[in-house]
Amino acid sequence: MAEKEVWVVAEQEEGALNSVSLELLGKARELADTLGAQVGAVLLGHDCDELVDRLAHHGADRIYYANHENLNQYRTLPYTRIISDLVREHQPQIVIFGATYVGRDLAPRAASDLRTGLTADCTDLQIGDYTDPAGQEYKNILYQIRPAFGGNVIANIVNPEHLPQMATVREGVMKMHKPDTSRAYSVIPVQPVLTDAEEIVKIIERHRVPREVDLRKASIIVAGGAGVGSKENFELIRELADVLGASVGASRAAVDGGFIGKDHQVGQTGTTVRPRLYIACGISGAVQHRAGMQEASKIIAINSDPEAPIFKIAHYGIVGDLNQVVPMMIRAYRGEN
Amino acid sequence: MGHSDSGCYSLRSRLPWEVRFKVSLNSIVLAKQVPDTKNITGEAMNPNGTVNRSALPAIFNPDDLCALEMALRVRDVEGGTVTVVTMGPVRATQILEHALCLGADKVLALTDRRFAAADTLATSYTLAKAVEKLGLPDLLFCGRQAIDGDTAQVGPQLAEKLGVPQATYVQDVTVQDGRLRVKREIEGGHEILDLPTPALLTVTSGLDVRPPSARRLLKYKRSQTPIGLEKELKTRFPEIEKNELELRFEDEKRALGEHGLLIPIWTADDLDIELERIGLMGSPTRVQKVWSVSLLGGESKEIPPTEEGIGAMMKELVDDHILG
Repeated sequence: MAEKEVWVVAEQEEGALNSVSLELLGKARELADTLGAQVGAVLLGHDCDELVDRLAHHGADRIYYANHENLNQYRTLPYTRIISDLVREHQPQIVIFGATYVGRDLAPRAASDLRTGLTADCTDLQIGDYTDPAGQEYKNILYQIRPAFGGNVIANIVNPEHLPQMATVREGVMKMHKPDTSRAYSVIPVQPVLTDAEEIVKIIERHRVPREVDLRKASIIVAGGAGVGSKENFELIRELADVLGASVGASRAAVDGGFIGKDHQVGQTGTTVRPRLYIACGISGAVQHRAGMQEASKIIAINSDPEAPIFKIAHYGIVGDLNQVVPMMIRAYRGEN
Repeated sequence: MGHSDSGCYSLRSRLPWEVRFKVSLNSIVLAKQVPDTKNITGEAMNPNGTVNRSALPAIFNPDDLCALEMALRVRDVEGGTVTVVTMGPVRATQILEHALCLGADKVLALTDRRFAAADTLATSYTLAKAVEKLGLPDLLFCGRQAIDGDTAQVGPQLAEKLGVPQATYVQDVTVQDGRLRVKREIEGGHEILDLPTPALLTVTSGLDVRPPSARRLLKYKRSQTPIGLEKELKTRFPEIEKNELELRFEDEKRALGEHGLLIPIWTADDLDIELERIGLMGSPTRVQKVWSVSLLGGESKEIPPTEEGIGAMMKELVDDHILG
């Protein structure tokens, strides 16, 4: 077999790159360095040459670039077939996708076609050894680590006997590396042959509203929940966020209560975040919320209920009234004491 | 002859749109019974951090209920039938009984120890073989994902195995001239797709699922699987001879079938399958280790809600470069 490769399937939409692709390249680089392998990026699109450079600067050694006007927008059938064919031809060890609307549509169909395993929504990937129940040992296997059972447990999934090892990875959980414009790379042009059978589904129209806020990139998040009480009182959360240079997050209860817009929602049905610091104010910490923020490096929880589940994962727990505690934090940070 | 022609004519003149557009679409809904992971209590956690499934209530996977609802709405408008298929232990036939109460026309359980411990690849293969035996319908519906695994993989994998196009994250579907108009979620919005049939749709949550009708509840509480019937007969007639039991079983099974009350079960032997592609053997992925998330919290400090306590915490965060 040719040289080992770790692949990232890049995601672009009408020439705009999804930042999750760059996050995945950061992780792919680490995995490939551990394995002594090359990093490949797969890019399907139309006239998006400048994205090739960005993928290389963020860690790709080889970019498989399919440039065709019919690939400008993601569509399941042509994308799946082209990617499956590329995998069969080049036989990478590992293929990772963003756990986005696109990745979660594309990866399972490709994995089924390739008859290999796929693990959804990973929050970490590592290389390690695996011994199966029969005692058979496998070296340098991809550990596909993900929350399971509604976020109540974490599982390490392996796919020891089939190639490639495939996973989708949540947005915002892998660290994007700083771009290095001096990296050497090669481009492998892919000549897609599109057949009529793949054109049977048509996009009639698309409506997209740009996000008001992108919490995935925030390094500090101040989030409010039902305990904030009202839309007016949510100003207190915004004020602390302003002072700390943080973004504003919210629990589902706060969004449903109309305190703030859905773009700010953190959790399983909102955004998954991985900030340096997460300050949960008046958030009880339902498992669906925790699933979206428990990867934060440090968590401060403020809640008047000492039994609130959020305290189980908090590094700093403050049992008290947020209407008093939050102003204390503002004063302390400003050095007013 | 003339009579039947005029009857047909009168129907056409009254309901031209129905004659032209009523296409009678048959659907299969793939559904799963899942442990209720949203309401996990301490008792459901094993000391080693794994989840004790048997300690949790088993429910109809919420997205799959939405998938069934969407299939029923299509049938109510277009005509046709809705068949609900599940793979799981005998207990999982509870959701099939519920599906009948909601309005499903037919149900089928795939129950066999050899199907157990399947990952999504082996599951989709098994389901595909069952769908092929039932006959490929016009529409296949799955829930977007199941709350025990949250993978969202079986739908697209089943579509690939059957060689039909897919639309995931579907919010709405209508039928126009025999083609499908699908509204689906995408990043930051939605799109409208035009698909031919047959196609597979995975349905997001958010549909208002109809309540079961009282009439159907009354009727289908008597529905049974052959396995359930056999058990019941043994309880009802503990002294009965084997031959007579078999005769009674066949009689009552036939009667149930005639009233649409029999929940059929297929095993691996009923399907044209390669045994190495089902269950644990057919699953490329393995669980190496599972641990509880409560261990992730690490050390926790309780900070008193005072100026001194908060001040010390903020200073520590600045000193640790957590706060700039």
